[in-house]
Amino acid sequence: MRVLVGVGGTERSFAALEGTVERARQADDAVTVAIFDDPSATLTRGQVRDRVGTLLEDWDRQVEIRDVDGDPGSQLVEVAESGEFDQLVLGNGNRTPMGKIQLDSIAQFVLFNSQVTVKLVR
Amino acid sequence: MTDRSPWTPPPRSFADTTGRSIRIERGIDDRAALIGMYESYAPHHRAQGLPPVGRERIEDWLDTVAGGLNVVAWHGDRAVGHSALLGNDDDHELMIFIHQNYRLSGIGSRLIRSLLADGYAEGVETVWLCVRPSNTIAVSLYESVGFERSNETGSDLEMTLSLQE
Repeated sequence: MRVLVGVGGTERSFAALEGTVERARQADDAVTVAIFDDPSATLTRGQVRDRVGTLLEDWDRQVEIRDVDGDPGSQLVEVAESGEFDQLVLGNGNRTPMGKIQLDSIAQFVLFNSQVTVKLVR
Repeated sequence: MTDRSPWTPPPRSFADTTGRSIRIERGIDDRAALIGMYESYAPHHRAQGLPPVGRERIEDWLDTVAGGLNVVAWHGDRAVGHSALLGNDDDHELMIFIHQNYRLSGIGSRLIRSLLADGYAEGVETVWLCVRPSNTIAVSLYESVGFERSNETGSDLEMTLSLQE
């Protein structure tokens, strides 16, 4: 399977990448990372790239890293629908103290619009 | 003149609009009955992942919620509504669930007023909640007790209410 993982720099987005790599090692998935600007993350793109590099360093597979510019939701969907991917993975979703799940507007846009299967990692 | 609180507790026993005798009690007396209410909760009335599905998850969730301030509406020995405040000294999240067979009968309004009166008496200052804006019945209920829209992101509306002036 060809998997595109959106990484915006939140802890959840790194966790989603970690989980994707773990699965890819077993299933022999091809993984591409799309780095985008998540307004709720505090890291710069350079810092996000560094974290992604660290997460991937002990994996012997080639992983393509792409920069996604412009509106994150629509750009992620566009890349995912380019025909190169079977699945788009996003780490998203907070729980309120009471347990309500909140998705941010990027995740909502992607879930409502993507024609490619979306995997949401909470 | 005495200081009169806007959050006077409403009567805890009343007849709903269809004549059923409802009483509101503080705390979760009969936990099994409340679990029963959530087990039979209509799936299409669930929102934002709540109430959870399955007894085990409902129990885990209630363990968390029970740490806050709870009121339950009872019809006989049947739990028909549940509302709670959960948080720290000055910031509490509110939730309310009314069983589908007991909706639109005035129970939610009494239940939420009871809870807010209890919260006020306990010194709770700010109450917030998040709701689907498409859930217009819930939004009007919250507005009717003074909640104001504070933040709207995508499909979530956050509303806030200050209890202590």
